[in-house]
Amino acid sequence: MCVAVPAEIVEIKEFDVAVIDIGGARKNVSLMLIDGVEVGDFVLVHAGFAIDKIDEQEAQTTMALLEELAGLDEIS
Amino acid sequence: MRFLDEFRVPAAARELLREINALDAGGTFMEVCGTHTMAISKAGLRPLLAPSIDLISGPGCPVCVTSDADIDRAIAVAKLPDVTLATFGDMMKVPGTEGSLASESARGADVKVVYSPLEALDMARSDPEKRVVFLGVGFETTAPAVAATALQAKRERLRNFYLLSFHKLVPPALRALVSLDDFDVDGFILPGHVSVIIGSDAYAFLPAEFGVPCVVTGFEVTDILQAVKKLVEMRDSGPSLEVEYARAVRPEGNPKALGVMDTVFEPCDAEWRGLFVIPGSGLALREAFQRMDAGLWEVELPEKPAARGCRCGEILCGKIKPMDCSLFGTVCTPDEPVGPCMVSSEGTCASYFLYSEQAEDTGTGASS
Repeated sequence: MCVAVPAEIVEIKEFDVAVIDIGGARKNVSLMLIDGVEVGDFVLVHAGFAIDKIDEQEAQTTMALLEELAGLDEIS
Repeated sequence: MRFLDEFRVPAAARELLREINALDAGGTFMEVCGTHTMAISKAGLRPLLAPSIDLISGPGCPVCVTSDADIDRAIAVAKLPDVTLATFGDMMKVPGTEGSLASESARGADVKVVYSPLEALDMARSDPEKRVVFLGVGFETTAPAVAATALQAKRERLRNFYLLSFHKLVPPALRALVSLDDFDVDGFILPGHVSVIIGSDAYAFLPAEFGVPCVVTGFEVTDILQAVKKLVEMRDSGPSLEVEYARAVRPEGNPKALGVMDTVFEPCDAEWRGLFVIPGSGLALREAFQRMDAGLWEVELPEKPAARGCRCGEILCGKIKPMDCSLFGTVCTPDEPVGPCMVSSEGTCASYFLYSEQAEDTGTGASS
């Protein structure tokens, strides 16, 4: 429930909206809860909102872990 | 053989296990995070630790602690004409007095599962004739997202968007737990992503006022074992607050998200399912947002339910293990949950049922 998923910002649009790449899929997220994000940054995404900036290595590690945890059950 | 096939503990984790088990001290440590619950069960960590070390699960799943009365209110709201109730998928199966949102949906109520509260906002925009109610549940990780959605609705002057706030706050619940006379836990493993928002400073009262050690940590097996090692070491060195997840958690948290949450919500008393009413542990909409508060609607609620023999409350306080409840794995299963801890995949009982070695011992766990 409280899991946030790492993703890369690939485009910043108007009105606090950015496009993220998450495992190859593109998705809009809101930037209303975070400041100072640029294209190429990695963020933690929860319920459609970026909630924290993280470094790329942390993003990759967490992504691999979540895939493993989701093996038998969906992460929500 | 599924559990053996999946059993993978990396070399770094094996080394940490060796170091932990070589320490003289032990203790009972509680995690309060559904993702930690899953990670510990899935990796099968409990039997690998020395018998003097016990890992137990506290009230770390916000779905599981939503009260019967709150579920009944959500169902009553969903039954109203012209209402679409949108919420996270985990909420659908949580039993109320007379069914769940899933069973009400099967009877014709308009209940939608969404990933983000922003999807509920889209529904309100595209169908002005409908009253769209977003049922917000979750700890501090989720509450800012719901608050930001409420702010956006207010900016757009959307007249048909409403909220039911069943959000809960972690630090007041921890304060209530450690204040119990018979609370017997030697340290907390604290949640990573809640702490991204509230910051590690929010837990400073635990060692300072109550002498309870705590470690904020991430979700890798090595993160969790590092936390266990620090907690065992603190039995000798004295209680303190440590952050093993400093790569994502700052002492002050995320001030912008906290600001948004504070603009929309104010703390209120809240009932935790299986526990009791905890002062200041819920979030109510502030006066400026009361127009969108579906919690103020007059609805018909069922009579108070008869007791079901469920022992989730004792499980959430760390007093018993899931296997100690006579309903576990027999009457109460993930397909037909009786208690809240069996409902969500992150609930203590569900995680024991799916993964745990203890569940296998009772002959109940490997069939799902």
